[in-house]
Order: sequence, then C-alpha cells, then structure tokens
Amino acid sequence: MPSQLYNDEEITMTDTQIGSHINAEAPRSKAQAHDAFPKADTSPDIALIQARNFNFFYGKQQALFDISLDIPERKVTAFIGPSGCGKSTILRSINRMNDLIEGVSHGGDITIGGTSIYDPQLEVIGLRRRVGMVFQKSNPFPKSIYENVVYGLRVAGENRKARLDEVVEQSLKSSALWDEVKDRLQESALALSGGQMQRLCIARAIANEPDVLLMDEPCSALDPIATAKIEELIYQLKRDFTIVIVTHNMQQAARVSDKTAFFYLGKLIEFNNTKAMFISPTKKQTEDYITGRFG
Amino acid sequence: MPILEKKPINPHPAFRPADPRAAVKKRSTYGEPLVWLTSVGLSAGLLMVVALLAVVFVNGLTVFWPKPVAAVTLSPNAKDSVGGAKSFAGTVIKHQKKITHAAVIPGQKSSDAPYEWQFYIGNKDLYGLGYKYIDNADIVGMSRPKDIIVIERLEYGNAIGRAVSLVEDDGSVVAAEHASFGNRFSAKVRTANERRAEIKVIEKSKIGRVNARMRELTLQSQELEKQVKGLPKHRQNDPELSHERKSIEHEERGLQEEYDQLAAKARALREVQNASTLKYRLLSGQEKDLPIGQVVSFYYPNQLSLVQKIGHFFHSFWRFLAEEPREANTEGGIFPAIFGTFVMTLMMSLAVTPFGVIAAIYLREYAKQGIWVRMVRIAVNNLAGVPSIVFGVFGLGFFVYFVGGTMDKIFFNSALPTPTFGTGGILWAALTLALMTVPVVIVATEESLAAVPRGVREGSLACGASKWQTIRRVVLPAAAPGIMTGFILAMARGAGEVAPLMMVGVVKLAPTLPLDTVVPFVHLERKFMHLGFHIYDLGFQSPDSEAAKPMVFATTLVLILLILALNLTAVRVRQNLRRKYALSAV
Repeated sequence: MPSQLYNDEEITMTDTQIGSHINAEAPRSKAQAHDAFPKADTSPDIALIQARNFNFFYGKQQALFDISLDIPERKVTAFIGPSGCGKSTILRSINRMNDLIEGVSHGGDITIGGTSIYDPQLEVIGLRRRVGMVFQKSNPFPKSIYENVVYGLRVAGENRKARLDEVVEQSLKSSALWDEVKDRLQESALALSGGQMQRLCIARAIANEPDVLLMDEPCSALDPIATAKIEELIYQLKRDFTIVIVTHNMQQAARVSDKTAFFYLGKLIEFNNTKAMFISPTKKQTEDYITGRFG
Repeated sequence: MPILEKKPINPHPAFRPADPRAAVKKRSTYGEPLVWLTSVGLSAGLLMVVALLAVVFVNGLTVFWPKPVAAVTLSPNAKDSVGGAKSFAGTVIKHQKKITHAAVIPGQKSSDAPYEWQFYIGNKDLYGLGYKYIDNADIVGMSRPKDIIVIERLEYGNAIGRAVSLVEDDGSVVAAEHASFGNRFSAKVRTANERRAEIKVIEKSKIGRVNARMRELTLQSQELEKQVKGLPKHRQNDPELSHERKSIEHEERGLQEEYDQLAAKARALREVQNASTLKYRLLSGQEKDLPIGQVVSFYYPNQLSLVQKIGHFFHSFWRFLAEEPREANTEGGIFPAIFGTFVMTLMMSLAVTPFGVIAAIYLREYAKQGIWVRMVRIAVNNLAGVPSIVFGVFGLGFFVYFVGGTMDKIFFNSALPTPTFGTGGILWAALTLALMTVPVVIVATEESLAAVPRGVREGSLACGASKWQTIRRVVLPAAAPGIMTGFILAMARGAGEVAPLMMVGVVKLAPTLPLDTVVPFVHLERKFMHLGFHIYDLGFQSPDSEAAKPMVFATTLVLILLILALNLTAVRVRQNLRRKYALSAV
C-alpha cells in the first residue's frame, strides 16, 4: 500500500480544490470547449501579409520550405504544428526578428500591404513599429508600468506628456489591464503577476498602433485563468489588429483563430478556415496532428 | 481495531531508515569529506584575514591610548645612563628576555636569562633618541608619580618630565603647585593652537593665493617680453605695450604690498606665540624652557581616569586623521595622505568606469564574435596579470613624459623648463591606475551584459527601438549592478596599489592638496600623498624606525577603513540599483 506514505485525505481535498477552482473561476474556457467555434468570423478575407515561396535558412540548415500563404486583415490566424516545424520561424520572419541571429539567410519574399519586408527602402525599425510582437515569456523592461507602455513612443522620440498619458490609458484599457494598475502606474512592472505582465507586454505592443500583432505562444507560461483573459483579449483586439498567433494548444487555436495554418517539418501542410480545418482536414497529417495521434 | 490487516511494508531502499553502522561507510556518497575539506579551506583563509585585521586593529588603536609613565631609577654602577643621568621617566613599551649573542651555557635554564625593558623616554632634543632599552638588572626603582606631565610638541616629539612654572608674557610666574596652574596652562595652549591655525590660514591660503597670482603675472610679463622681442625695433616702444607692462608692474607692486602685510601679520603672531614659556624639569633635575607656541597638547598620564583616557583616545585619533604630518612623518597626522588617496581613487574610478564599459559594450554587443574578439578578450584578461610596476613605467613614459610633455609645450610653454604637467601628478596617477584596473571593469561588464536576458532585448527591438536605444535604455540599466561590481573591484584594487604610483606622482610630503580654495580649485598637476606609499615610507624610509612603527599600524588601519568605507558606499549604490532594475522576475 504505497498510499500509506501520504495522507489520503489531504490529497483528495487538494484534488477537489483544484477542480472547483477551475470550474468556478474559468467558466469561459469550459463553455468554449463545448461550443468549439462560437465566434467564427465570416466576413470576406482581405490578405494583408503575403508570403511567396519563402525559404529560410539557419546557416546551411533549411528551416522553411517554399511557404506561400495569405494572412487576412483583422482576423486571427493561428500557426500550429509540432515542435521544430518552423511555425515560430515564419512568425519571427514577419517582423525580421530572425535578423538578430547570425548566419541566417532567406529566399522568396514576404509582403505586408504589398510592400516587401526586405525592401531596401524600408527600415527594419519602421517595420517593427508596424508589426508588434508579444513573446512566449513575458518580458517587461525593468521600468515602471507607465514607462513600459510608452517605450515604443519614447524610442520614436515622442515625449509630450499629454500624448503619452493618453496612449497609456488607451493601451492599458485595450489590453484589459487599466482597472488593475491605474493607481500604480509608476510602480515597477516586475511586481505584476505573470498574466498581468503578459497583458502589459500586449499593451506595450499595441501602444505603437501597429497593423499587425504577432504572438509567439503568448499563453504557454500562464495559468488557465490568465490564459482565458488573454484569449478574450485577442478576440477584442482583432477588431483593430491583424493577429498572427503561434500556439501549441489545439483548443486555443480552435477557440481564438479564424484561420489556421498547419506546419510540419518546415513545410506548410494545410491552410484553411479554422472551422473547416478542425472539422474536416483535407490532409492525413493534419488530421493525425489535431486528433493528437502525433506531435 | 484495524479494518485492514497491515501487511509488512517493504519500501524502496531510499525510504529505509539508515543503518547506523552503514552510515559511516556511506558518508563518502554524500560528500561529507569534501564539505569538511572545503570548510577547512575557507576557515584557514578567514583565520588569516581575521588575524591580520586583529594585528592591525590592536596595534593601530593602542597607539592612541594614553599609557602610564614610569619614573625609573638606575643603580649608580649601571653601565647605561639616559642623557648622562641615572633617573628618567618613560612609558613601558616592551618587557622581554634579553636578546644576546652569547652562547647558551649548558645546564642554565632559559628562564634565568636576563630580562630587559624598552621605554619610550621622549625628550629627543635632550636625549637624542626617543626609545631606549634598559637591562632589568640595572633598574633599582620604578614608580608612577602623579605629577609627571607629557607635553606634545611641534618639534622633537613629546617632552616627559615635571612642570615647574608658567612664565607669562607680562613676566608673571605661576608655579606648578599653584591651584590655577592647570587651567592657565590649558588656556594658553588653547589660544596658542588657535593662533597657529590663524597663521596657517594666512600662510597657506592668503599668501598662497598672492603667490599664485604673482606666478601668473611673471608668466604674463615673460610672454610679453617674448612678444616684444619678436616685433620690429620701431614698434618695441609702442605705447600700448608699455601700458600693458605698466599695468602688470602695478599689480605686482600691489601684490607685493599685500604679501608684506600678510607676512608681517604672520610674523607678529609668531612672536606672540613665543611670548610665554613653560619651565619643566626632567627627572634628572635638568630644567628647560619651552615656548607655549611649541606645545600642541599636554596631559598627566598617571592621573587620568578611564573617561579621560577614552576622551584622550578619541581626541588623538581625531587629530591623527585631521592634522598634517610633522617630524619626517613620524609625528602629527596623515590628513593629506587620506585626502590624496580618496581623491585619487575617486578620479581613477570615474576614469575607468566609462572607459571599461564602452569597451565592453563594443566587445559584447557590436563586435562580430570570432577569432579576433576572442584574442582581444584573452589580451584583456592577461592585462589584469601584468605587474603593476609595469603600468607605472608605462604611465611615466606615456602620460607623464609624452602627454604631459606635449601639454606643457602647447599650453604652458612660458613656464618651461619647469614642468607643469610633464611631471608626476594626481591626474597621471589616476589615469595610470585606471589603465591598470580597466580589465576588471571590462570583464565584469561583459559578464553582466551577457546575463541580460535575450527576451528583454527582443522586446525592446520589437517595439521599434534601434540597437543603441536598446542598449542604452534596457540593457545597460539591467546590467548596472554587474557594472557596479566591476567598479568596486577596480576601486579596491586601485586604492591599495603603491608601486606604480611611486613613478607617476606620489611623494613623501605634499603639504598642498589637489583640491583647495585657490583658483581653479582642482589642481590635477599637483603631486599628492597616498596612504599606501605613506606606509612604505614610514616603514622603510624613516630615520627613526621605533617612532615610525606605531604610525605604520595606525596608517594601515586608516587605509583599511578608508577602502572599507569606499566599498561599502559602492555596495550600497549597487543594492539600490538591484532593487530598481531587478530582473529576477523576468
């Protein structure tokens, strides 16, 4: 009887507590699980980001093979696929974040609104201002909440107090953080909870008023409640922004996205409306992955 | 009653209670011998540090503690005498077995060996030496008379004897036995000290300022004469030139007058200093007159209560910190050395930090990581191992002779051949030490830059910041505590360094400080005193090694305390930075 090593009663108690915790405080995720595609967007797609035969190399190793896809404006597009499939690489290519890594090269092209991101006329700083990004691990700067939000404006040379105040309020409201932090804007951002930090990072990204918001597994380090809040936020934000989200969580992709792209071994296997893809995938690999047979 | 029958448990070996007999054998698995070994290593190191600190503290602090003075009588047929007399007063320094070169007689126990005493007898003007060894066998009487007085003088160290009388400037005499003697004497000494401070103000700052202006004027007129020589003959008598010459002469005359006035005032004060005298008697009966102006302080060592002793202790310690050295540095205080060390260390730290941080930023953030950067890094690390004297030679050749010499040629040409910057000075010393400590800062900064999480950098770049904006606004603040660590290490290394300084500007005695009230207030070209060098000078270059010994310990103590204070301040700053920019949550 190995259970004699522990106190049975206590374990049961804890189990119950965890269960009730989820049920009581995260009803949204449960509700969504029942109704998989509650907010499917049926408006016509206008492609904003277009990848054309995009190849990407880390040194000699090819990470992406001939990727061509159209990401629609003001919708949420999810990239799914097993680890190492290249979904993060293509996401980070959109704002040229991969340029920081030494020895990378690419072939083909990605355009945003018809302009190539590799256009020599275009400054990478300008591109990143148009394409905001939220990372897997929340990365607030060691500054106050206020300074975190206005960082993008500050580096762009905006120093008028009235304008900064306005942007802070607007961005924090859009990222559903305003009510929680409005009384302590001058306090360190590092004192926030994990979920708050991630929402702060979203606020920081949208303070620049970008066209596109890239999210690299934004909820993977968060608990279910914080995840639910971020998902709710993504739904709100897609009215103003084109969102591309990388996720490992199939349910999340199904819940938040309008379109889904499935990557496998650096190739785009299938790209379709989320509902269609999850209900009737055309490719065998997709079906295997979303039903959990591999990955 | 148990519902379920308990089966015998056979748990996993890890959960089994340890067999006490097996425990001894198994210890090595848990690494206890290593724990023991490492702790021995640490405690050996700690023990040495504590022992060193204890030696320095005890020897350094007892210098200021007033010790009783013994009146000693020697036997009439003793070989030794003090100043030709058989009785004297002195402080016991040591009581030890006599060190002789005579062969040890077999059978004689070592405890039979003769003892000897070391006394501090003072009165160097009369005896010629301050410390004396006396054989135990020669001493016939030792007592502690209450009326022995110790007088600290400006010259020749302390006088030890009995006060006889105070001869005041109006000729009236107060005998030492008189009730008012003590109060009158201390009042006299107090006013004498105040007057001495006044004389110092006149001679140092007021006359110093006049002299500085005079020097400037001399240079100006030299410059003017040079110009005149260069002109064609018919223009040499230009009224404008002669007008300028006249104005210089006029100002010089004015300054000369001012100087004469000040000098006369100082002279008058000095005369007053010597107006009244103290008559005192040695234990041998010899009497001597001492002008009150020579007295710094006095006390009756055998009358002091504990509170008075403590007061005397703090008073003398304070004077040691605040006064200038006297008598070839063996008397007085060490203020110029403390000040020089402090200013030089601060200047060095201010020079080395930006330099090292900028170099580290380039190495870590901008340079393409490859064989070259690796070689530069190795070179920087090796630079930290170069003997400091080599940096001294480099500083002398490069900073003093090359840079300083060039500066003299360009900016101070009229003063040549007297060098201004072309000789050792506090600026060159600080820069030489900065060069010596720069590897420490580079290495520490590089490490702290590398420790800034990638996510924070990416977050900044994703907001549309340029690389430099990212470094300045996010990376550097996050790396600031690490940079401060480098700063602290560099400061600690620089503050204790002596060898290179001897080549680039440290001197035995520099009465003028690198910062003072004479325009332009900061004198980077001045030579300076340094605690480390002061210790070396006292210990090895002093004419009276016995008198220098207590000063060596006291100076060492002050140096340690100064470095400790500087480091604690820096650590405080670092803590504040950590609190402000802590990245632990990221």
